[in-house]
Formats: sequence, C-alpha cells, structure tokens
Amino acid sequence: MRGFPWRETIRAGLLGSAVALHVSLVGMVEAFSRREIVKDVVTLGQLLLLLVVLGAGYWAAGKAAKRNKVYGIFAGLLVGLIIGLVLAALALSIKPLHLRQVFANASRGLARVLLFNKKGLAGVIKLLIVMGGGGVVAGLLELLPSKVRRPLLYALTATLTLGLLRDIFAVILPRSISRFFYTSSGLTVKGAVVLTLVWAAYFTASELWGQRVRSSLQALPPTQQKTLRWGSYLLALIILLGLPPLLGERGGYVFEVLDIVGIYIVMGLGLNIVVGFAGLLDLGYVAFFAIGAYTMAVLTTPELPAVRQYIPPMDFWEALPIALFASLLAGIILGVPVLKTRGDYLAIITLGFGEIIRLLVISDALKPILGGAQGITGVARPHLFGWTAKDPQDFFYFILAAIVIGFFISVRLKDSRLGRAWKAIREDEDVAIAMGIDHVATKLTAFATGATLAGLSGAIFSSKLFSIAPHSFNILISIYVLSLLIVGGIGSLPGVVVGAFALVGLPELLREFAEYRMLVYGAALVVMMIYRPEGLWPETLHVAEYKHRESTSSQATTASVGAGK
Amino acid sequence: MLERIRVRLRHLSGTDIALWLISVVLVVLIVVGSYRSLTSGRYTVRQWLDFVIFGLAQGGVYALIALGYTMVYGVLQMINFAHSEVFMSGPFTAYFVANALDKAGYFDSHPIISLGIVFIVAMTVSMVVAVVLEMLAYRPLRGSPRLVPLITAIGASFFLQYTFRGLYGSGVKAYPDIAMLHGTWHIAGLNIQKTLVVVFIAAIFLLVALYTFVQKTKVGMGIRSVAEDQQAAALMGVDVDRMISMTFAVGGAGAGAAGVLYALIFKQVHFFMGFVPGIKAFTAAVLGGIGNIPGAMLGGLFLGVFESLGPSLFLEGLGVPASYQLKDAIAFTMLVLVLIFRPTGILGERIAKRA
Repeated sequence: MRGFPWRETIRAGLLGSAVALHVSLVGMVEAFSRREIVKDVVTLGQLLLLLVVLGAGYWAAGKAAKRNKVYGIFAGLLVGLIIGLVLAALALSIKPLHLRQVFANASRGLARVLLFNKKGLAGVIKLLIVMGGGGVVAGLLELLPSKVRRPLLYALTATLTLGLLRDIFAVILPRSISRFFYTSSGLTVKGAVVLTLVWAAYFTASELWGQRVRSSLQALPPTQQKTLRWGSYLLALIILLGLPPLLGERGGYVFEVLDIVGIYIVMGLGLNIVVGFAGLLDLGYVAFFAIGAYTMAVLTTPELPAVRQYIPPMDFWEALPIALFASLLAGIILGVPVLKTRGDYLAIITLGFGEIIRLLVISDALKPILGGAQGITGVARPHLFGWTAKDPQDFFYFILAAIVIGFFISVRLKDSRLGRAWKAIREDEDVAIAMGIDHVATKLTAFATGATLAGLSGAIFSSKLFSIAPHSFNILISIYVLSLLIVGGIGSLPGVVVGAFALVGLPELLREFAEYRMLVYGAALVVMMIYRPEGLWPETLHVAEYKHRESTSSQATTASVGAGK
Repeated sequence: MLERIRVRLRHLSGTDIALWLISVVLVVLIVVGSYRSLTSGRYTVRQWLDFVIFGLAQGGVYALIALGYTMVYGVLQMINFAHSEVFMSGPFTAYFVANALDKAGYFDSHPIISLGIVFIVAMTVSMVVAVVLEMLAYRPLRGSPRLVPLITAIGASFFLQYTFRGLYGSGVKAYPDIAMLHGTWHIAGLNIQKTLVVVFIAAIFLLVALYTFVQKTKVGMGIRSVAEDQQAAALMGVDVDRMISMTFAVGGAGAGAAGVLYALIFKQVHFFMGFVPGIKAFTAAVLGGIGNIPGAMLGGLFLGVFESLGPSLFLEGLGVPASYQLKDAIAFTMLVLVLIFRPTGILGERIAKRA
C-alpha cells in the first residue's frame, strides 16, 4: 500500500465519526428512525448516518483515488468502518456507562436503532457491514465518470425526497396510484425502484441534451424569449389557482403547509429587498411582521376595551391599509437612526429593535392596548362579495396574491433607478454617495419597502390564525427568514421560493424535524457561508445579463452606474 | 466663533436633527423619571444601595463575557455572535460535575475545592468550544466581506444552542445550592448577600488576571501585535493563526467563568441562557470602546448598575406599571443608543465606524 493517504483517510473517518456522534447524541437519528423512506429498507435516521458515511467516504476516496483507483474504494471502506466502529462503541456503552444521566438522548432506543434492532455482536456486525458498504459505495461513486454519477445521485435524491414527502403525495394522488407507490409510511419497494428508474432516465436525458435545449432557447430572439418566460409564469399561476378546487377536501393539510410557506415567501421577498438588494443586514425583521400582525389584530378584534372605547372594530379591508401604512412608517422610523451605522453594527441595532418591540408587547405596561402575553383573539377574516375566507384553501388565494405583489415589486424595482441605487449602496456606500446617490432616501425606501411586505405578511398571518400571541414573534423568525434567503441565494427571487420550501415547508411536513430546525438552520448558515455563499439558486441570469451588456456597449454600464438620485 | 456655528448649521441634515431630537427626548425622560422616583420616597437609601450592589455583581459577569467580544473584535474585526453560546456551554456542561459533587456532599465538606473544579471544567469546555468554533467556522472565512463572518457566527450560535439542547435536554437545570454562600455579610453598615460579594470579587479577580495575561506575557504581546497589524505581526515572526486561537481561548475561558458566576447568582442553567447576557455583554464591550479591554470592564459594570437601577429609577417614576419586566428592554435600548450615538464607546480607543 505505497502512497496510500492514511492520514487523510483516518482524518476523514474521525471527522465523519464526530458528525455521526453529534447527530446521534442530539437525538436526530432516533427521532428520524421512526420515519421510513422505503418500507422495511431504509429509515430517515439510517439515511442520515449513511449520508455522513457517503460524504466522508467520498472525500477520502477522492484523495486516495489520485494514486490508484483501488485505493479509492479501500479508503471509502476504511472511513465507513471507522464510523461504524465509533457508533458501535457508542451503542454498546450507553447502558453500562449510564450515558443517559448526562446526555438526554442517549437512550436505549438509540442503541437499538444503531444496532438495527439486533443484540450485541450481531448488531455490531450488521452496523459495520452497512457502514463499510456505504463507504465502498462512496468509493465507487468517486470512480464513476461525472456524466453517470450526477444523474444517478440526482435520481436517488429525487426518489428519497418523494419518499420523505409521503404525507403530501399519498393524500393528493388518486387512491390507485398512491397505493402503488406509498405504504402507510414511506415508499413501497417497487415504487422506489420505478421512481428511481424514471428519474434516472430524466436526469440522464437532461445531462445529454439539456445543454442543447438551453442554448437553442437562448438563441431565440429576445421577444420570443420574453413571451416564453411570461407564458410559463402564467401557466404556473393557473396551475396554482386551480389547485384548491382540484384537490377539494383532501387538500386541507397541503394548503396549511403551503400557506405557511407562502407567508415566509412574502417575508423573504421583503427581506430580500433590504438585505439582498440594498445590503442592509436586518436581524430585527420580525418586528415589522409583528407590527403588521398586531395592527390588524388590534384594529379588528372585538376585545381590548381600552381600544374599543375609541375605535369600533374594523373589518379586514379597512384595517389592511392601516396595517401596511403602520409597518411602512415603522420601517422609516427605525430606519432613520440607523442611517449612519453600517454593516455589522446595523445588524446588531436592528436585532436590538426587534427585541425591544417584543419585550414591549409582552410587558404589562402595554397590555390594555396589545393584549400582553396572552395575545389577542378574534382577528377579522378577509371577505369578498359576501364570501369570507375560513379554510387554508381560501387563505391560499390571498397569500398567492401577496406573493404576486411581492414578486411584482421586486422584479420592477430590481433594475429600476432605485434598484441600481440600492446595489450601488450595497457595493460601496462612500462611492455611491460621491456619485450623487441620495443615501438617506435610498436606504429608507429599502427599509420601508421591506417593512411593508413584512407587514402585509403579518396582517394575513394574524387573520389566518384568528388569534396572535407575542411568542410567535421572537428573533427566531428573523433568523428563519434570513436563513431561507441565504440558502436560496441572497438577492435571487427564485431562491426565496426554493429556500422557503426547503427551510419552512420541510419542517412543517416532517414534524419530528421541527425540533432540530434551528440546529439544521445554524449548520446550513455556516456551511453555506463557507462553501456556497451565493446560495442554491443564485441570481445567475442577472450576472449573465450584466456581462452581456458590458461586452456590447460600455456606455450602458456607465449609464447604469451613474444613475440614481 | 459665530462663523463656525453657521458652517456647522449649514451641514446639519434632517437625520442629524432627528437623532438629536431622539436623544434630547430620552434624556428628558430619564431625568424626569429619576427625579419623580427619587422624590416620591418609595425606596430607601439602603434599597438603592442594594440595587447598586446587585448591579455591580451582574456587571462583573457582563464584563467577563465582554472581554471575549472585545478581544475577538480587536483581532478579527468581527462580532463573534456565537460568544453567548461559548458562555452557555461551559456552565451547562459543568452542571453535571457540580451536581455529582453536590450529591457526594463535597460542596459541604470542601466548598472551595469543589467550586474550583466546577470553574475549571466550565472554563475548559468554553475554551474548547471557542477555539474549535474559530478553527472550523471562522478560519476559512478570514478576509471575506464583513457580513459573511457575522452571518456565519449567527448560524454557529444557533447551531451550538440547539446542539446543547439536544445533548443535555431542553429543561432548566437547577445549580446546586452552596451552603457556604448562604446568608449575608455585614459590610460598612450594609447587609450584603454573600453570593453577590463572592461573584463580584471573583469577576474582578479573573478580569485582572486575564488582562495581566494579555498585557504581560509573551502570548499576550503576540495577541496585541496581531490586533494592531496582522501583516506586520506575521512579518515579525508572530504565528498569527495561533495568536487568533489564543484570543478565542482567553475569551472563552473568561466566558466560561462568567457562566459559572451567572449560575451562582441565578441558580440555574439552560440552553437559551446565553442569548440575553451575550447581547448585554456586547453592549458593554461597545460601551467601553470595542477592542479596549479596560473599557469592556467599565462598560460591563456600568451596564450592570444601570440596568439594575433603571426600572425602579426612571421607569417607575414615569408611571410604567410592572417596570421590572422591561429590565431587558433597558439594556437593549442602551445597546441601540450606544451603537447609534457613540459607536466608538465611552473610552473610544478604536474607530468603530467601518463599512
């Protein structure tokens, strides 16, 4: 074994073991093992550990395969075995060492999960076989040419995701189809095989011909491209509008989830303007969401005698503009003092603002107006021509409308004079000011627009929930929204949607995941910042457009820089 | 003279006037509230002094945490948002040691040694967390735009918080009651709780020790040189990576000790305990001029006393009901005001206005 990278391999094994120990001891493995992805084959908990092995093994195999192909497979195997041994040691030591007394999740259930429900040596052997096998697979994956590897990995990911989303698809699909693919939990074996084959075919096709299709699309004249784009938007909108009647009664749960995702998309679009376009990191963004929600609640509830004395309860449509105006105003009021601060200090100040508003809402001092810690119930529902929204399906339309508004505002502002001024401020404030951009107005409009979208989101949120309480407005909401922006790709509009579905939709669907939501978000923020700061769906289109413009005429770029004011 | 005033007036913008108005209103509110409170005679002098003493003890804790913020900012110009979790991790882990010692009766038979063990465990854990955090999360990002490390730090903060929640459970854990610290001491005509005296003295002792370490030892000199000019320090043969690790280690040790002191005052630990004291300590660090160690000490003590006096002193005077609930709001308001009006801090050693 000359030249085998022992050190790297062992390091990969130990790092992988550390991650595997972490996910086991914080309780993720055991909690996730209750959810089967493919019936009687693999649970989410096992998949989590396998992913760790695959990741670490793949990394080690990449280092080793440089010398010799066989070394790659051996390195993968070694990594898998190291992780397997460490996990076996954990599983066997839980009982004799009374680990439970310190580690809340080091239960016998965890030991059972780790040892595949077997006792003693039999379990250890099975664990080692599975983990070592995972390592070998990782090594083999490394050897495959990327043209084969990529479609294969994508297909597996897509199938497993469909398995994860069982609760949605088993409900939506007609009984006969859903019985073929899904059992009471997870996919059936034949369903998983069929799905993987279909996906593999699709991704192979896109690998082979995708580039050609894309370039032929780009070769179309701009006007046709535009019609194509708007046509696809329209199609998506029609499908979305048709969803509620199509699903009928079965869709209640689906729309419950979609509504929450939608509310976060609206907030995300708003924060995207503040952070993504204007580069002002706002950690107290939840404050505007709260202001929108509370204005709506205070104005429409029949409770709160101290307020009702002066104003009779309004209905939804009367209160909505006031709520929007209140959050817009709040955006400006909170924006003025922070005009002179920059970067990281701005982030901390806004964080402070958010906390102050939350503390004020909870306090007894403002209880007669804001309901104190118990919150407010009896928020008005939106109504239209005698029809009142009640179900999640009804609110879906309102939220969809809010998303469309948010998208419209973002798209129109992005490349407008104001949008370019935001970008200039984001890139270099001093230069922007020197170029004649009014930084006060520019920053304040960013804050105000973002705040208004958050207020809109909050107003719909409080109306949908019918009652609100201050604990729904803590700093974690700001962090959720920030995370979904960063995971999706900061400044990118499709990124907001992708991020919201991944970070808000998934935890809503997988209840056992909710407990570990912040853990995963935190890790996601760190990992994204280190390895992929541009996000999963970066604003590539815009970059390409900018490059194109630069090459065709230098005048256009100078014009876009000199604009503003 | 008149000419100068006229020039300044001409450069006055709407923002300046708005900021100025806000500060005037706040000062008036504080003065009026304090005046009404003091003249109402609701509290005796002794009670006021009790508030001050509690504030000093708490402020000592803030100062110890602030040390980590200020040193890291001095060296890397980044807000280590996860420092509050460094603070939490030590005492949360040491709880299990303290509990075991308490069950075995060591806190009654050898209180000082037992406390020493708890301190060492907490400081070690916090130190390790801080150093590993820097190595894994911050080191790859050195030299990237300013908001990138901040977002990373926020992510790391929540990751650590929920890791410890997963490891040790989400419940509040009661720190053992130490018999030695029960009751009061009679000092200068005042009955002062023993815990507060011990906490205050321990905090000051640790602060002085850590400050001396930074000022007098060779490693401390290395840290200061890196804070002054990283490139020049590297050229002079200072191992910059090691010095940055040492900075995190010193800050982590301070935070771990602060955590145990905090647990002695409030008698409990939980996974979310770091957030609020962390932000307050950051306020203290900015208050004293970020990057400035004695400033952080002063800032911590000032903030502790201000926050302890505040609710009774000016909020009650203004007729705010249940003012103690707004104790944290006072600290956050202070944070916002300091960052807006005086980002260079009271002692203002470094220029904090940065892009």
